[in-house]
Amino acid sequence: MSTVTTAVIEVEQVGFAYGDIPILEDVSLRVEAGEFLGLVGPNAGGKSTLLKLVLGLLRPQQGRISVLGRSPKQARRYLGYVPQYPAFPRDFPIQVLDVVLMGRLGLGRGLSSRFGAWRQRDREIARQMLIEVEAGELATQPIGALSGGQLQRVLLARALVGEPEILILDEPTANIDHRLEGEIFELLAQLNKQLTIVVVSHDIGFISSYVSRVACLNRTLICHRTEAINGNLINELYGERVRLINHDHEGAETNLGTAGANMNAPQTSLPSHQEHPAHG
Amino acid sequence: MAEFFTALLEHGFLQQALIAGLLASIGCGLIGPFVVVKRITFLAGGIAHSVLAGMGAAVFYGFDPLSGALAAAVFAALLIGWVRLRWRTGEDTAIGALWAIGMAVGILFVSQTPGYATDLMSFLFGNILLVPARELWFMAALDLVLLVSVALFYRQFVAVAFDEEFARLRAVPVDLFYLLLLVLVAVTVVLMIQVVGLILVIALLTLPAATAGQWTGTLAGMMMGATLIGALLTSGGLALSYAPDIPTGPTIILLAGALYLLSAISAGLRAKRRAEKAVRSITRG
Repeated sequence: MSTVTTAVIEVEQVGFAYGDIPILEDVSLRVEAGEFLGLVGPNAGGKSTLLKLVLGLLRPQQGRISVLGRSPKQARRYLGYVPQYPAFPRDFPIQVLDVVLMGRLGLGRGLSSRFGAWRQRDREIARQMLIEVEAGELATQPIGALSGGQLQRVLLARALVGEPEILILDEPTANIDHRLEGEIFELLAQLNKQLTIVVVSHDIGFISSYVSRVACLNRTLICHRTEAINGNLINELYGERVRLINHDHEGAETNLGTAGANMNAPQTSLPSHQEHPAHG
Repeated sequence: MAEFFTALLEHGFLQQALIAGLLASIGCGLIGPFVVVKRITFLAGGIAHSVLAGMGAAVFYGFDPLSGALAAAVFAALLIGWVRLRWRTGEDTAIGALWAIGMAVGILFVSQTPGYATDLMSFLFGNILLVPARELWFMAALDLVLLVSVALFYRQFVAVAFDEEFARLRAVPVDLFYLLLLVLVAVTVVLMIQVVGLILVIALLTLPAATAGQWTGTLAGMMMGATLIGALLTSGGLALSYAPDIPTGPTIILLAGALYLLSAISAGLRAKRRAEKAVRSITRG
């Protein structure tokens, strides 16, 4: 996949603010087809906002974004999205299979794909996808009965049944334990053989063993390296030296955490950055 | 009760009342569950009360009150929906304002229409015994609108009720379906006004669906349950209120409330029993 050089997501000099609070400044990012990009950075650094811009849920005040050569809004149906926090109430009376089926809305042509109930074929695909994410036995469970890890698998299945070309995940493992986290990333690594994946995480030590490239976002984007991730690079990104070297150009100490995140310590995660409240 | 059944066979107006109740319960079943799961009870209440403006204006200018009600309900639904989509916040205030302003306008119109003061009571609290045959057809037509809309767009309505953001990402025109859902709520309100009146509508819209929701885990189950419960409540209220000659609308609402309470208590007990049983089975190994 490393030989493919088609950009599937192009973010060019994008600026975004909520009201008068700047969230993103002059962010440029190119994601190639087949990449497995990890988007990391401190809390409130603008990671989720950047995803929402790429998904077309927000519009940048500055710069432009194209996804698969289209506007984000037009490209939506080719994207799969796993949100950080499910936007639905957990007590909603709905079964897992019906949640997954919603990922197939907007697919297909003709009347039967728009009107009425789901077709048998859609149900079959949704059931199959639940099995693939190892949640097949949950199909008839009410959505409110799932544990955090189970829900994450179901949300992943919902994103995948839409037959996406790009899979976008916002902190997919924030609420689950580390064994499950590993399982989910193994699954993503498998999926990456067919899909471009962008995953947001605050836990660079963990994701580095899976992703092919890391981009670091803290209001501005510092897209560090495209070569293979190694222990040294992690140290550069998050170790003591980061403050002195890599982030000097921001003109402010970003203090990305002093715990030396490395490949052997997947439990290392970034502390929240209370000192940058103005960044959103 | 026996007196009611003999009277039912004799009197056409009672048969019409029974049919009106059954037609209204279709609205309970189709739209009530969406109001409950989407948590738009207050919004539905706002639509219901603003309807008085339309009814008052209709009687003042000599139109059929129900067509005035329908126009006002749809207008109120679209206005509240627009406020919510446009500003996100302020929806609450807009609903409250529309609620009170609608009633004020309606009462002024009614007060200026000679001989209509008595009608005001039936607008507010319903009069199922006075439903003319013509209005049964009107109600049937409204039911048809609800049935066709929900049958055609069931998936989209569920998606918009469940997770608007995700529905938007799947290229569902979320705003359009949200407004359509509110219009259907408006239609349901008008459908029920003849039976329980505009003040009590909100209970008939939500209580059967909420009661059904305590016993089923799917929206479709809620729809079927709420339709049955709605039919039971309107027929039961009619039968209970006939012999002692008390108003039917309030009787129906009290029945709905009592059933909801009973159901909530027994659903709570059932959940407790199940949890205890589960814990026992663990400790026994």
